[in-house]
Amino acid sequence: MKNIKSLKEFLPDLEENLKKYRELLLANLVMIGETPAPTFDEERRIKFILNRFDEAGLTDSTIDDSGNGVGVLASKEDKEEKRAILVNAHADTIFSAKTDHTMQISSDSITGPGVADNSLGLAALVTLPYILEDLNIELKNNLILLAGAKSLGRGNLEGITSFLENNPYEIHNAICLEGIQLGRLSYSSIGMFRGEITCRVPEGYDWSRFGDASAILTLNEVINKINDMRLPRRPRTSIVMGTIVGGTSFNTIARDATLGFEVRSESQEVVEKAAETIQDIVMEVSSKTGDQIELDIFARRTPGGIPYAHPLTSCARSVMESLDIEPRLAPSISELSALIDKNIPALTLGITVGERAFKTNETIQIEPIYKGLAQIIGTIIAVDGGYCE
Amino acid sequence: MSNLQPWIKKNTYHHSEFWDLKKLIEIKEKKGLTISLCLPTLNEEKTIGKEIIIFKSELVERYPLIDEIAVIDSGSEDNTLEVAKNFGADTYLASNILPDLEPKRGKGENLWKAIYQLKGDIIVYVDADISNIHPRFVYGLVAPLIYRDKVKYVKAFYDRPLSFSGNVRASGGGRVTEILVRPLFSLFFPELTAIIQPLSGEYAVRRKVLEEIAFPIGYGVETSHLIDVYHKYGMEAFAQTDLDKRVHENKPTIDLGKMSFGILQTFIKRAKALGVIDGADHTTILRQFQAKKDQYEQNLIEIIEEERPPMIEIDEYRKKFKK
Repeated sequence: MKNIKSLKEFLPDLEENLKKYRELLLANLVMIGETPAPTFDEERRIKFILNRFDEAGLTDSTIDDSGNGVGVLASKEDKEEKRAILVNAHADTIFSAKTDHTMQISSDSITGPGVADNSLGLAALVTLPYILEDLNIELKNNLILLAGAKSLGRGNLEGITSFLENNPYEIHNAICLEGIQLGRLSYSSIGMFRGEITCRVPEGYDWSRFGDASAILTLNEVINKINDMRLPRRPRTSIVMGTIVGGTSFNTIARDATLGFEVRSESQEVVEKAAETIQDIVMEVSSKTGDQIELDIFARRTPGGIPYAHPLTSCARSVMESLDIEPRLAPSISELSALIDKNIPALTLGITVGERAFKTNETIQIEPIYKGLAQIIGTIIAVDGGYCE
Repeated sequence: MSNLQPWIKKNTYHHSEFWDLKKLIEIKEKKGLTISLCLPTLNEEKTIGKEIIIFKSELVERYPLIDEIAVIDSGSEDNTLEVAKNFGADTYLASNILPDLEPKRGKGENLWKAIYQLKGDIIVYVDADISNIHPRFVYGLVAPLIYRDKVKYVKAFYDRPLSFSGNVRASGGGRVTEILVRPLFSLFFPELTAIIQPLSGEYAVRRKVLEEIAFPIGYGVETSHLIDVYHKYGMEAFAQTDLDKRVHENKPTIDLGKMSFGILQTFIKRAKALGVIDGADHTTILRQFQAKKDQYEQNLIEIIEEERPPMIEIDEYRKKFKK
């Protein structure tokens, strides 16, 4: 393909052609999805992915020091070429190994924990080399396929961050794959910090003070105060109170209670101010109640990214347009942030339509997957062809 | 009866021994063998799609081990056939195969009609209700047939069972196996107790054998196969493969009663025909299994059911009660 115009003409046919890889892709999806991979315990899943990379004949396929699965589809033109495009999908899930990971397949959909986030992204990653080879699509750049470990929650993007620090390639563009939603186009990261607030009733507490002590009540006070924080409308800012855990039984005063939360903002200044305010709240409530309250901030992101008019975004939008995909622009706080920190122009793309995200009955539709895959391959070809520079 | 341990050692495999699919296919092709996969179904829409996708992708497209995937259905009322067809399996209604014969309904009927409908030199049967399906369910079973010409019938076994102290685990057959079939085999066909899971629904068999044995259409089909193949060819015709875990819906006890009743009918019919019930000097050894690390061993337990006569025949009793 000589230019973006000829690529755009090629894409609708590509979408149709990709249907013949359905069983290959879905079998990879099932086998990946049924291998549990909670954050920090992704080894079995990564080994499966490595096995697939090896079978596809990828050079330099390895599990790196951080537990990432890495495969490299080497440049067909120049063996000494160091320039590379990175395609990344995070390998971990929010589900524990004890969760039943069985996938169910009907004629038009697949259901199971983590099927969208991110088994489909990983399945696309491992099927990509087969498809490119079978369709005789040869790339000038090296294509690095990265199944990133320790990405979510307390993992705090450890896998991809370490890979970007240590790999020997010149990565000039990157695409992050997410199972849903088709049309997702993230090119910027918002500011964020993520943490836990844990309240503990002290060991030596006087239990005869019937009914007026509970870690849950203390945490409740912290929550009320966080809720009362004044947040600016512009730049857009929000606080997500995502998880709460505490106590042991109906009739026992709770000794521990923990809140998991995340602050997001378009402004780094607001993020930092919010962190200070929450620290003040914790100290204030702690001194008032005498309970131990601990604030643990374990993940931070700084806002950034490429502009809307950046050639990479522009290319991706052209590809989407030729496949009748409506772009949905949204910032990201996932692996894209690690790439932005390294000044690598990067995008996050969704592959299909799905629902009930993050639940055990997460479901994705099969039919839109071909469009999603065509979009990924189209974007890779555009980047490789230099149409995005 | 001879010690079964040498047979177990020689003929019991673990699927991981057959990981090299390229080599397996090379030998299959060298020997000119063809393999058909038969999935007997009745209302399996929840699991059939996944089974077909996995087998088609891994064992047809990536590694061409299977030449044909066929679903033979007993008349499902759900979307089993639609889903199977959609993912590229050949689909058949059992009643449409050999339509001039009086139709019968049961899993055995589907398995039997597969011999007529499918083309392979080897037919591998896999139940359609397995939710942790994996290519090993097929290659683990056909590999002994490909590598060893004398093997005719390969049975699956599963469930690395609960761990016990001292590294010894009871090797779990199902409930019907342990309560009914193993005691029956211990009494009448002790050599067959070497088959660790006689009722497993997954097995691979050479066509030459399948075409020569009768098929009960109901629950007795697996039991009858073992007795008939044993009678015709002896233990050397069998091999068995550990396929690790098999996840499927557990049947309620009341259904196991029906299953046992069907098996018992089949068993008695064969035992009578072979004259083993009346003529035999029954053994008092029950043969169960235990696994030590990766070795399977038979556990021989002597259970002697001694009897006392009716009390009325005892002198002291008659004296005491003046009878």
